[in-house]
Amino acid sequence: MLAYISRRILILIPTLLGVSIIVFVMLHITPGDPAELLLGERATEEALFELREHLGLNEPLYVQYGMFLKRLMKGDLGVTIWTRQKVWTEIKHRFPATIELTLAALCIACFFGIIFGIISATKQYSVFDYVSMIGALAGVSMPIFWLGLIFMLIFSLNLGWLPISGRLSVDIDLEVITNFYILDAVLTRNWAALKDAVWHIIMPAVTLSTIPMAIVARMTRSAMLEVLRQDYIKTAKAKGLSNFTVTFKHALRNALIPVVTTVGLQFGVALGGAILTETIFAWPGVGKWMYDAVMQRDYMVIQGGTLIIAAVFVVINLCVDVLYAVINPRISVQ
Amino acid sequence: MKKGKFLFKFWLVGLATALVIFGITSCGEKKEEAKVEEAKVIEKTTLVFGRGGDSVGLDPAYETDGNSFMVCDNIYEALVFYADESTALEPGLAESWDISPDGKTYTFHLRKGVKFHDGTPFNADAVVFSIGRMMKERNVKFVGKGWEIPAQERPPEYWVSMEMDKTVGSIEAVDENTVVFKLKRVEAPFMANMGMDFADIISPTAFMKNPKEFLRNPVGTGPFKFVKWVTADRIILEKNENYWDKSGGPYLDKVVFRSIPENSVRFLELKTGNIHICQFPNPADIELAKKDSNLILPTQPGMNIGYLSFNHTKEPWKSNLNLRKAIAHAIDRKAIVDNIYQGMGQTAKNPIPPTMWGYNQNVPGFKYDPELAKKFLSDAGYPDGKGLGEITLWSMPVPRPYNPDGRKIGEAMSADLAKVGIKAKIVTFEWGTYLKRQREQPEDMDLFQLGWTGDNGDPDNFLAVLFDGLASSSIRTQWHNEKYHELMVNGRQTVDQAKRTKIYEEALQLIYDECPVISIAHSTVIWPSLKNVTNFKLHPTGSVRLKNVSLK
Repeated sequence: MLAYISRRILILIPTLLGVSIIVFVMLHITPGDPAELLLGERATEEALFELREHLGLNEPLYVQYGMFLKRLMKGDLGVTIWTRQKVWTEIKHRFPATIELTLAALCIACFFGIIFGIISATKQYSVFDYVSMIGALAGVSMPIFWLGLIFMLIFSLNLGWLPISGRLSVDIDLEVITNFYILDAVLTRNWAALKDAVWHIIMPAVTLSTIPMAIVARMTRSAMLEVLRQDYIKTAKAKGLSNFTVTFKHALRNALIPVVTTVGLQFGVALGGAILTETIFAWPGVGKWMYDAVMQRDYMVIQGGTLIIAAVFVVINLCVDVLYAVINPRISVQ
Repeated sequence: MKKGKFLFKFWLVGLATALVIFGITSCGEKKEEAKVEEAKVIEKTTLVFGRGGDSVGLDPAYETDGNSFMVCDNIYEALVFYADESTALEPGLAESWDISPDGKTYTFHLRKGVKFHDGTPFNADAVVFSIGRMMKERNVKFVGKGWEIPAQERPPEYWVSMEMDKTVGSIEAVDENTVVFKLKRVEAPFMANMGMDFADIISPTAFMKNPKEFLRNPVGTGPFKFVKWVTADRIILEKNENYWDKSGGPYLDKVVFRSIPENSVRFLELKTGNIHICQFPNPADIELAKKDSNLILPTQPGMNIGYLSFNHTKEPWKSNLNLRKAIAHAIDRKAIVDNIYQGMGQTAKNPIPPTMWGYNQNVPGFKYDPELAKKFLSDAGYPDGKGLGEITLWSMPVPRPYNPDGRKIGEAMSADLAKVGIKAKIVTFEWGTYLKRQREQPEDMDLFQLGWTGDNGDPDNFLAVLFDGLASSSIRTQWHNEKYHELMVNGRQTVDQAKRTKIYEEALQLIYDECPVISIAHSTVIWPSLKNVTNFKLHPTGSVRLKNVSLK
């Protein structure tokens, strides 16, 4: 098992190298120039040349890539073109925000998605089944942008229950340790900040969770339906086990494999959806940051950011694979 | 029945989880109430400013964007200030200044007893340090022991684009409170430049402590002190209790600049009272704001111009004046302002805003008159557009303060031109490519949209940098007119403002007569605010100054 995990982590190196080359090439064949965008209307040839010189953009491409790799070896992702901050510093500030939001969204998606899926499967063709599956269809097709604004209008403007945007109220002070605000609030025993952070994350997390929730619900339902028809379920029922034990101990565990795969994949989808959610809810994460970087051609941010996101993605896939073995001992990890 | 039981159990688990979460958070609630009460006693007034994006950095010498400058405006100060709602110059950190008769030596007499937020005294050496660090060749002299100024991280963009290296020869501290700038050439806009953000004075000791991190730990002499920056979220400032000017503010105890990227969400935050000022709302929301009795609408004509220009490096545009005039009369600029600027703008007759000195009231401006356009077109040798072929109309891909939607404006213009028989194809690129290719004046460009936001309120900053093609090949409108060039050079080398006004009025008349460019519109800035925000004035340069603002 350990050998397997370490081998998988070693594979990260060629994966990330490949990602960096692809991103680098794509960046430099897309038209646009960060220096030109930085200087805007007032750019003169001399100023542009000087700025490119400072940014190392006048060097040939292979030299630029070489410099990038050389820095990377030292664990340095470079300095961003716009904010002149270390890319790593920016990631440290923003990545936790995105992960916190994505995890919250996936928890909501799994919790409700699996419950709805199970009920729909055990009560196939019931009213609940129809309603929840139509709901799932709606969930997949609803545009996040629209949904977010509607939530704001209902829950903030009309009902006044939840804050509109941001991660923390203006009057709340929180000592930041990990940048996961909920965690930081617990660590510093700042309960006011904890409540405020939880209140702030509800609306964006629910918005972001709609698509994964719908997919998880449908996946759970179909997987459960298949398992419930198996002979061993009949055996279990015949033994006189309670419905609860049969559904959860015997059926659900076997049905979870495809669900776990789906959730793993949905993590990537949710990271992508985070760009929109973060923009609407003024959530200071990597989604909006990467989007802006693409618009501004901030090569350093795009390169550093994609590397980190790719790494997270690989690690999550690994977690999913390991989870298989935990859920179903018949699958041994080799 | 059994199924029901299991479901019940499942919901019970869910309910229990919810209760635990609620328990944790509500047990915090009580403490929070106490805290809030406590906070209310300490924090009297906090103003929250809602804006579209985060600051890039807070070192005034290196920033180029409005979101950075608006924070700098409250932390730092320059030797001279712009007046409340204009760019008229007022004494700032310099109490007074003398200009030598030849216009090449400027002596600034500094305000005494001013201190930076970190306690460093403000003096002549601080000025020499702040401005001197932007010079390519550091020809500076300190009166005290001074500092070894570190090398530049990258070119200071505004210093470069205002051509300060070609202007400033040396900066010398004569005594504790006197600084002398010796210029290489007579440069009339020099004083106006010294009021710009890049010329703000920073604390040398704070900068030297960690030059690379200064942009995140700014220290100036301004009415507010920097407290904290939460990346992409908020920047917090607090009142500078020791501010030197005791005659007015600062009145606010705390200022928070919040980034809320989505315009409609930012406006919602304003409506619910979570922010006090909402920058750049959607034009549609302005109508809502007008109806809301809790909101006021501070308004200011922006110091900008959106224009349509010709490719003067190629025929027929270069020498066919009638053709240029035909286009000018064919375009319905009022319709563009009404429909695309949605009322947040005014049609332009000069390429400088009407609030600026030198504006020529006597220029009639081009009337929308398709018949007259047709006449000019046939005088130009292209009756009903015959022989002209399809021309290209470059339209901007991004909204800018002076142009809310380049593509839509392009479509409107193209439709107007079609009415007089000119076929115009809309061309657009990614913004960086647009700027780059435009500067190259390529063969496939006939007409192009562009614009400008003024820096220092000097007409030279519009008329010379935009249209005097003889000055440099980097000028975006490559109009080569000897007389105009001469006027621009004279304007720069004349220090007396009354004389300069005459010069620029003449230049504007020349632009009307020769029609090298068609001025479209000046946009108007409207930032809705809560009713209790008192004394908030928008500045034509777009800077945000909160010194005299208070909450009722």
